[in-house]
Amino acid sequence: MAYRKTVASFVAAAALLGTSSASYAATDIAWWHAMGGRLGEVVVDIANGFNADQSACKITPVYKGTYEETLTSGIAAFRAGEQPNILQVFDAGAATIIGAKGAVIPAQDILENAGVGFDIEDYIEGVRNFYADSDGKMIGMPFNSSTPILYYNEDALKKAGVEAPKTWEEFQEIAPKLKEAGYVPLAQSHLPWIFTENFKSRHNLQFATNNNGYDGSKDTKLVFGEPIKNHFTAVKGWLDDGMFGYYGTGWGDNQTPFNEGKVAMWLGSSGSFGGIQKTVEFPFSATYLPYWDAVDGAGTGTFIGGAALFSMAGKPDEENKCVASFFEYLTSPEVQYMWHKETGYVPITTAAYDLAKKDGYYESTPAAEIGIKQLTLPGGDWTKGYRMGFYVQIRDVMNREYGKILSGETSVEDAFATIEEEGNKLLERFSKTTGN
Amino acid sequence: MKKVQFKSPLLPYLLLLPQLAIVTIFFLWPAAEAVRSSFYLEDPFGFGSTFVGIDNFTDTLTSSDYGRVARFTAVFTFFVTFLSLGIALLLAVKADKVIRGASSYKTLLMWVYAVAPPVAGLIGVLLFDQHVGPIVDFFAMFGWQMQIGVNYFDTSFAMIVTSVWKQIPVNFIFFLSGLQGISKSVQEAASIDCRSGMRRFWTVTFPLLAPTGFFLLIINITYAFFDTFGIIDVMVKGEPGNNPVTLVYKVYLDGFRGNDLGGSSAQSVILMALVFILTIIQFRLIERRVHYT
Repeated sequence: MAYRKTVASFVAAAALLGTSSASYAATDIAWWHAMGGRLGEVVVDIANGFNADQSACKITPVYKGTYEETLTSGIAAFRAGEQPNILQVFDAGAATIIGAKGAVIPAQDILENAGVGFDIEDYIEGVRNFYADSDGKMIGMPFNSSTPILYYNEDALKKAGVEAPKTWEEFQEIAPKLKEAGYVPLAQSHLPWIFTENFKSRHNLQFATNNNGYDGSKDTKLVFGEPIKNHFTAVKGWLDDGMFGYYGTGWGDNQTPFNEGKVAMWLGSSGSFGGIQKTVEFPFSATYLPYWDAVDGAGTGTFIGGAALFSMAGKPDEENKCVASFFEYLTSPEVQYMWHKETGYVPITTAAYDLAKKDGYYESTPAAEIGIKQLTLPGGDWTKGYRMGFYVQIRDVMNREYGKILSGETSVEDAFATIEEEGNKLLERFSKTTGN
Repeated sequence: MKKVQFKSPLLPYLLLLPQLAIVTIFFLWPAAEAVRSSFYLEDPFGFGSTFVGIDNFTDTLTSSDYGRVARFTAVFTFFVTFLSLGIALLLAVKADKVIRGASSYKTLLMWVYAVAPPVAGLIGVLLFDQHVGPIVDFFAMFGWQMQIGVNYFDTSFAMIVTSVWKQIPVNFIFFLSGLQGISKSVQEAASIDCRSGMRRFWTVTFPLLAPTGFFLLIINITYAFFDTFGIIDVMVKGEPGNNPVTLVYKVYLDGFRGNDLGGSSAQSVILMALVFILTIIQFRLIERRVHYT
């Protein structure tokens, strides 16, 4: 970092000398994000670090509420010509912003135009393609990247005399013992993300036509086969037998019983690591998201969830240069390692991962490595992600129908028929919005 | 009758202008815009849009979920209006009779009025929380395991209770002032004629309260339709899932959360029509039976 600081101050000094009368001012850029609480503090730390590291640019982070609220404010601002330089957009909103040709400058272009080198191979496997277009060009700069993993209460497992399960078949064997030991064996916090999108990836199953939607929105349709239906039939069975707890769609409502030691195992985000570490009083660890051994070719890696930073179009070149230098700063191994350690989100570059390994971080806290190891598991045809429009509503439809399955209002068959029908209708509507 | 005339024929229009401007800018223009965009499917960033005719309306009205949301809205509106009016009327009648400590009793009842809907929702969420809510613990003693956010009925129950609780003070204030507006001589004459307090209430007091009641009925239906947004938003915690939501909340979900501008415009046009019809019914059918003194 030091060399860049020297160069920057040299440039600043030269600018000062060159313009003896006009005072030198840093270029201001704005960054709208959705990171509240502790995460928001770390975001401010990153911004301050960048501002202190160089003096040509000054970045201002602005908290805009939830992911959905941030995207909506960004869209409204863009339509009014008041867009920020950088907008944080979450996984489910990716199709909306990438589909709007002309709203963003691809991260790859902004870095290359500014003369900063870019090599997609620098990024880890599970991160590369999620925010890229069908040609593999990176549009959004992955920022807070996480993946679903299984956390477990070590005391609970010891008490029941069992090991953390690798597969769902193993889970079915150990769950009755955990129940006997007085625990709800399992809970999860996001049915569409963990039991649908990443279920598909973990079993290397197609999620949508048109190459999971990457090849264009026209005629993209959801694909649901027997494995996922069987999975939900099993989950409903577990719920009825007291082997699974469902506490609604609220993330925290499902995590709380785990934190309180009532639930023995919880499927959450690798980004939850930092929070759990601060909250729980029992020893805990983590392992990979289980899969069904019975499904052919299962055991492939998952892809990232979370959000990416998009560089908004319609900004002057000098501001775009600042965005590029911020992206460069953000992806530097030191900053990535700090972000990884403070929050639990995975480092997005191989260099940052190597730095964390070299530093001995995973020897002291092995659970922190599970997310990134799962992302670097061998991939398949269907493990790079999905790209579907109006996906926020599709997730809402899933959540609604899954809720009905679990409360016994509908059957698994009917629920998936409804998700397919309403989801496909939404996809068809989305393809019309882009004029295709 | 002598007509009052302005000197210049333009002056009255000029005096009306600020009001007309506000109505045009904040109501007519957005309403017209909603009608226009209900016929389009638009890319949220504004790069392209496709004219789809009445597709947005047919898609909305044929979706299974819309019917469910509409049914819930009707049930929700009925219970919120009926219960908040009924309970407030009962409290007002009783408060009217209290002599000692009347003002502190009334102040306590009006207190909740100052609570903003999202805050009321938050208090509701805390009281009904699955893990730590005291109301949930209370019902658990009678064997009712409430699961807010999981069970459709339980969540509706919590939403209605919170909304009613929030609305009672407004109704209470109006009913109380309505009761105090009924002249003592009428009441005294009634008590000479009839001994039964119950009968006196239904035959004398209640009809005299009708203008207040009618006004409150409209206010409460509007409240249940639109102003409960904040309570519902907090209660569903940003993820609607299998939870009950009202029509207005669905407009927000599809438009602002999902960025489906065409679909959500179509829904707001339907809602506009609905409110229009409702208003006509209220004034044509119910107001005829109300006597203003």
